[in-house]
Amino acid sequence: MVEKQGTGQANTEAPLPAAIYAERVTKAFGEGKKKVLALDDVSLTIEENEFFTLLGPSGCGKTTLLRLIAGFDQPTAGAIMLRDRDISQLPPNQRSVNTVFQDYALFPHMTVAKNISFGLEMLGKPKDYIKKTVGDMLALVKMEELRDRRTDQLSGGQQQRVALARALAPRPQVLLLDEPLSALDYKLRKEMQIELKQLQLETGITFIFVTHDQEEALTMSDRIAVMNAGRILQIGTPRQIYNQPADRFVASFIGRSNFISVEVLSVEGRRARLKLSSGREVISPLPDNWVPRGRVTAVVRPEYAQLVAGSGDEGDLQGVLENIVYLGTDTQYHIRLPDETTFVTRSQNQCQETEAFEDGQSVSVVFKPEAVQVLRS
Amino acid sequence: MRIPKAASNPVSDMQRSRTRKNWLLSAPALVVLAAASSGPLLIVLVYSFLSAGEYGGVVWKFSTDAWFNVVFFRDIFDGTTTFADAHMTILWRSVRLSFITTLITLAAGFPTAYFIATRPRRNRSLWLFLITVPFWTNLLIRTFAILEVIRNEGLINIGLQTLGIIDKPIQMLYTDFAIMVGMTYVYLPLMVLPLYASMERLNFSLVEAAYDLYATRHKVLHRIIIPLVKPGIIAGSILVFIPSLGAFVTPRVLGGGKKMMLGNLIELQFGAGRNWPLGAALSVTLLALVMAALLMYVRTTQRHSGSVR
Ligand SMILES: Nc1ncnc2c1ncn2[C@@H]1O[C@H](COP(=O)(O)OP(=O)(O)OP(=O)(O)O)[C@@H](O)[C@H]1O
Ligand SMILES: [Mg+2]
Repeated sequence: MVEKQGTGQANTEAPLPAAIYAERVTKAFGEGKKKVLALDDVSLTIEENEFFTLLGPSGCGKTTLLRLIAGFDQPTAGAIMLRDRDISQLPPNQRSVNTVFQDYALFPHMTVAKNISFGLEMLGKPKDYIKKTVGDMLALVKMEELRDRRTDQLSGGQQQRVALARALAPRPQVLLLDEPLSALDYKLRKEMQIELKQLQLETGITFIFVTHDQEEALTMSDRIAVMNAGRILQIGTPRQIYNQPADRFVASFIGRSNFISVEVLSVEGRRARLKLSSGREVISPLPDNWVPRGRVTAVVRPEYAQLVAGSGDEGDLQGVLENIVYLGTDTQYHIRLPDETTFVTRSQNQCQETEAFEDGQSVSVVFKPEAVQVLRS
Repeated sequence: MRIPKAASNPVSDMQRSRTRKNWLLSAPALVVLAAASSGPLLIVLVYSFLSAGEYGGVVWKFSTDAWFNVVFFRDIFDGTTTFADAHMTILWRSVRLSFITTLITLAAGFPTAYFIATRPRRNRSLWLFLITVPFWTNLLIRTFAILEVIRNEGLINIGLQTLGIIDKPIQMLYTDFAIMVGMTYVYLPLMVLPLYASMERLNFSLVEAAYDLYATRHKVLHRIIIPLVKPGIIAGSILVFIPSLGAFVTPRVLGGGKKMMLGNLIELQFGAGRNWPLGAALSVTLLALVMAALLMYVRTTQRHSGSVR
């Protein structure tokens, strides 16, 4: 990654400055014994027009980071740049950043249209411009019919749309969304995921989206930052995050994982030659800034491992089939290994297929090429 | 939500009978309340249409003299009738001082309530407790304390004189100003408490949302906070304005005999003036004023209540 010399000078090489650049941001709450490090030395670059997701478990600091970008809190240390301008000390009303709040925070004493026009009025836009923009926004979120409703008479999904329209109306440089879909039921959430992504493409505004739902993050994002305990563990595209998780936390937080112990034979550049317990040798790419040595942990995704009947020598692992879970689109096989741990494989179902395996059967597991990924530890 | 009319709906029937039972259960309390509130009022109303007894009390003879005397003054020697200036002055002073007191308590109480509502939850009860501390002392004693502060040889005047800022004491006692200071001090908690109650319910992420949408502090106050805490503002104003209008102890102590308010005028009629019917008529006038003020509040609230939850 290119280190950016960051104190707000325009970077002459890059055509567009990053939408958001956080430089070694730390945020502490409280003092002395009760001190909580909500963010611990976080650096990240979010590009213009990007759909960027902050993903992590509850309490990992996602909301804290959003609040620092929005200006509701100031960082304890570090700086936040908006298009190369240091905004760390600016109040929220002087940042071209708008927020869609988790509880929407719609103004209950105003109509839908008034909520949407609020930001534009505050910016002192001309009347006819406001009128036109509010109309456009209502159309964008398909709420024209409800423009004169009070916001407490709307369903959750409708409120969500109004909150979005309200935040988009002033055309901010960056839109922050703090778990905007978490209050919606499953079906509506799926619909809104698609609509949100569509909206981001249409408006061309940089979205910073917070969720603790890994599936949501994978389907919507251009890039994901996985966070835990105030730190960013990995930043990458959904594919990178899923296929090459940097460490055990990322691997187990996103998707299902099997962890195996492997021996490092040699390291060549960013790749390592590994020896599996079966004696087979495989190549694995390495996580950033990590040179493994000796015995290390690697991850194998269930769908990257194949099940074969019998305990032949060609398998990478041998065990007893303990449980078969039929999931419609695919089937999960739980295999008990000799060391009493469970290994899970998963294969897609074919039409009219009858189950080829049965419980208690001896089976072998064969890893597909590039299935093994070394983890940082 | 509107409930559809369905006469034979078993659920609504059940609800109705339950409501009826609730009414029955609360009937004794309602009877006591009705008797205790409307009884005395009725007596006062009847007295205002009777004649004054020579040594106080009333004579059971119908007369509208008392009502006449509220507005007009009849000279006992030549029988000429003039407008009752004194009464009007007192009436006007009562309304004016109560109104100003309400405004001052609102101006002082609003930031106070906002301050308490924005403290961490566990500290709020301490602040609220401090607000109610003055209630521990008798009203009369508190009023005399104010007198000690503002009288000519009081804290302020002596202090200013010692500092050489003034050489003659400023006459503060026995002025409208003194009454206002006293009433503001006494009624401030009545403003703070309802204001706090509605500010505590205020969702502060609405305030953040407004800042986020480029509102200045001033705009946030006027477009978000004030409309949303309006019920508290109205409740507090009523709680301050109405007792101010009928205030008795404060104007008596701090206004001396010279600056009377309606409460003192009424007391005078029942006491030294020995004109009970006039006192009763003045009381009814006060009641009417209060009702008019309440009606005005209700109407202004209703006009804006399309917006308030
Ligand atoms: N105002 C505050 N005072 C003290 N501690 C705080 C404050 N705000 C957040 N924290 C702490 O900082 C940490 C991060 O909180 P944050 O709200 O950013 O988590 P989150 O990732 O948004 O979690 P969730 O998914 O539950 O919303 C938590 O441990 C939290 O308790
Ligand atoms: Mg959060």
